[in-house]
Amino acid sequence: MTHHTQASEFLNARHRWRLWEIALWLLAVAAIFILPSQLLILTEIAILALFAVSLDLILGYAGIVSLGHTAFFGLGAYAAGILARDYVSEPVTGLVFAGLISGLFGLATSFLVLRGSDLTRLMTTFGVAMLLAELGNQATWLTGGADGLSGISMSPILGLFEFDLYGRNGYIYCLAVLIVLTFVARRIVNSPFGLSLMAIKRNPRRAAMLGISPKRRIVAIYSVSAAYAGMAGALLAQTTNFVSPDVLAFHRSADVLLVLVIGGAGYLYGGIFGAIIFTLLRDWLSVATPQYWMFWIGLILVAIVMIGRERLTGWPLLLAARLRGKPAEDAR
Amino acid sequence: MITRRHLIASAAAIAMLSAAAPSMAADTVKIGLILPMTGPFASTGRQVEAGVRAYMALNGDTAGGKKVEIVLRDDAGTADQTRRIAQELIVNDKVSMLMGFGLTPLAMAVAPVISQAKVPAIITSATTSAIMSKSDYFARTSMAGPQSAVPVATWAAKNGLKRVVTLVTDYGPGHDIEKGFTDEFKKDGGEIVEAVRVPLQNPDFAPFLQRVRDAKPDAVFVFVPAGVGSLFMKQFVDRGLADAGIKLIATGDVTDDDLLGAIGDPALGVITGHFYSAAHDSPENKAFVKQVKDTAKIRPNFMAVGGFDAMHLAYAALAKTNGDTDGTKLITAMKGAEWTSPRGPISIDPATRDIVQDIYIRKVEKKDGELYNIEFDTFKKIHDPFVAK
Repeated sequence: MTHHTQASEFLNARHRWRLWEIALWLLAVAAIFILPSQLLILTEIAILALFAVSLDLILGYAGIVSLGHTAFFGLGAYAAGILARDYVSEPVTGLVFAGLISGLFGLATSFLVLRGSDLTRLMTTFGVAMLLAELGNQATWLTGGADGLSGISMSPILGLFEFDLYGRNGYIYCLAVLIVLTFVARRIVNSPFGLSLMAIKRNPRRAAMLGISPKRRIVAIYSVSAAYAGMAGALLAQTTNFVSPDVLAFHRSADVLLVLVIGGAGYLYGGIFGAIIFTLLRDWLSVATPQYWMFWIGLILVAIVMIGRERLTGWPLLLAARLRGKPAEDAR
Repeated sequence: MITRRHLIASAAAIAMLSAAAPSMAADTVKIGLILPMTGPFASTGRQVEAGVRAYMALNGDTAGGKKVEIVLRDDAGTADQTRRIAQELIVNDKVSMLMGFGLTPLAMAVAPVISQAKVPAIITSATTSAIMSKSDYFARTSMAGPQSAVPVATWAAKNGLKRVVTLVTDYGPGHDIEKGFTDEFKKDGGEIVEAVRVPLQNPDFAPFLQRVRDAKPDAVFVFVPAGVGSLFMKQFVDRGLADAGIKLIATGDVTDDDLLGAIGDPALGVITGHFYSAAHDSPENKAFVKQVKDTAKIRPNFMAVGGFDAMHLAYAALAKTNGDTDGTKLITAMKGAEWTSPRGPISIDPATRDIVQDIYIRKVEKKDGELYNIEFDTFKKIHDPFVAK
C-alpha cells in the first residue's frame, strides 16, 4: 500500500458516519414528537450545543484557549436582534447576517491570538469580550443598554413557519441549523485542513517545518468558529425575541468552556453531549432546590471532571475496568 | 468504540426530560413566581419570596373560590432563562399568572410571551418606566420609574438645599432617577452642580466621592441598586463628606431595611425618600413585619412588600372574576384596584397598570436599639413622573 492510499483511507475512516451519531440525530428529531412539552429546553440545549461546537473548533482542534468566546455569541445576538428590529425580520437572513458580522469580527481579532502563549490568549480574548460588553452597555441608542434590546418581532421562518408559543418551530429551526453546521464542521475537521490544525495544536514549530503555515490556518479556523458562535447568538435572539446585555457577560464564556470540559474537547460531539448534560442538570437541580442548586451543580461538576478525565465517553470503560478490578489505563 | 455509551447517555437524557410530567387540578390556580434566587441579586429573590409567603400565611391559600398554588423558579438574573421559564410555566404548568422579575431586562424579556399567551404578569421588583408599555398584560406593585426621587427633590428645595450634586449608578433605573430628580429640582429653583455616574460593575465610590467633595455642594443626591448601599455608606464616611458639611439625601435603596443593621451608625440622620419602611406605623405593617420575621427570619424591605402586594393584587383579581382564570379578565380586574398595603394606601392606575402610591421622606434613627427609616413627611398619590406629564 502506498502512503497516498494509506492517508486517504485514514481520512475516509475518520469521515465515516458512526451508528451513535445517526442515533443521536434521530433521537433529536424524534424529540419533536415524543417530548412536545420539553421543546423549549431542547431549544436551549441546541443553541448551547452549537456555541460549544464553535468553541471546540478552536480549542479542541487548533488548541486556542479562549475566555472570551461569548464576544462572538453576543455580537451575533445583537446583530440579528438589531437587523430584525430595524430592517429585515426574516430569521434565516438574520442568521446569515449575524454569522457574517461575527465571522468578520473574528477575522479582525484573530491576529491577536496569533501571538503569545495560552496565558496571553486567555487575557486577549477576555479583554476583547470585556470591550464589547462595555460597548453594548454604553451604546444605548443602538443596543438598548442595560435594559436590553427589546421590540423584536420575528416574521415566519422563510416566510412559512411561524414561531409558536410551544416552541415547536423554534426547536425545529435551531435543530436544523445545528445539524447543518455540525455537518459542515465535520467536513472541515476531517479534511486535510483539519488534520493540519491538529498538527499545529500538538506542536506548532514542527508543523511549520513540515510546510504547514500555522498563522493562516489559525486565522481561518478562528473566523469560522466566530461565525458559528455568532449564528448561535442569532438563534438565541430570534427564539427569545430579546437580547439581554448578559449575552456578552463573562459567565457565558465560562459556561461554554465548562460545557466543553464536561463533554470533552476535540471530537465535535463533546460540545453537544456537554450541552445536554449541563442544561439538564442545571434545570433539574434548579427546580428541585431553587436556593441551593448552585452548590449541587458545583459538586457534581467537580466530580465529573475528577472522574471523567478528559472525555465523558471514557466513563463507561473506566467503570467497567474498575468493576473487573483491572487498572483503567486505556479508559480514554 | 463509543457507540453504546453514547446511546446510553442519550437514553438517560431522554428519561430525565420526560420525568418532569406536570400534574394539575381544575380547582387550583397556579401562579408562577420567577425570581433571581441565586447570583448577585439573590437577596431580591429571598425578600420577594418572603413577602409572597407572608401574604399566604396571613390570608390563607384560597381566592375567588380556588386554591392558589405558587410555583417558584430561579432565573439567576439571566434574561433568556427568565423568558424560557415563563414560557414553560405557561405552556407546561398552565399557570394563570406570572409574578416576580428582579431586574428590568428580565421583565422586558417576558413581554412578548405574556402578550402572545395573554397571561398577566405582576412585577414585584423591576422599576424602569419603559417596561409597562411593552405589554398590556403587565401590572406593577414595586415602584413606577423615579417615583421616589421626585419628592426628594421637592423636599430638598423646600428645606434650603440650593446646590446639589447627583450621583447615580450608570444603568436604566439610575438614568431614570437622575432625570426625575434633576427636572424637579431645577423646576423648584435648585442648581445641579455636577451629575456623576458610577459604573454598575464592581463599584468603587472613592474617586467619585472625591469629585463630589471638590464641588462643595450643599448636598449630594444618591441612587445605588439594592444591596450596594452599605458599601456606599462606608466610603461616604471614610471620605469625610459628612465632616465637610455635605448632606446626604437619597432614594430608599441606599438605606434599605435589609442592610441598615450592617451599615450601622454612619447611616444615622440620612434623609431618604421611598415607598416603604419597616417602621411604617400601621396595623397592616406590624402584622406583615412580624410574619416575615417569624418565618423567613429577615427584616422585610421594599422588595418583600412588592411581593406581598403582588399576591394581594392576584387574590383581588381572582375574587373579582369569581375564580375565572382568563388572562384578559384578570388583567382587567386588576386595573383600578385599591387597597391598604403594609406600606400605606396604594392603587393600580387603570390607564397604565402601574402603581400609584405615597412617597415618604424618612430619616434614619435609632429605635429599640436598631436603626430604622422613620417617616416624617408624606407626598400623597405619586404617579410615574415620566408618564403622568
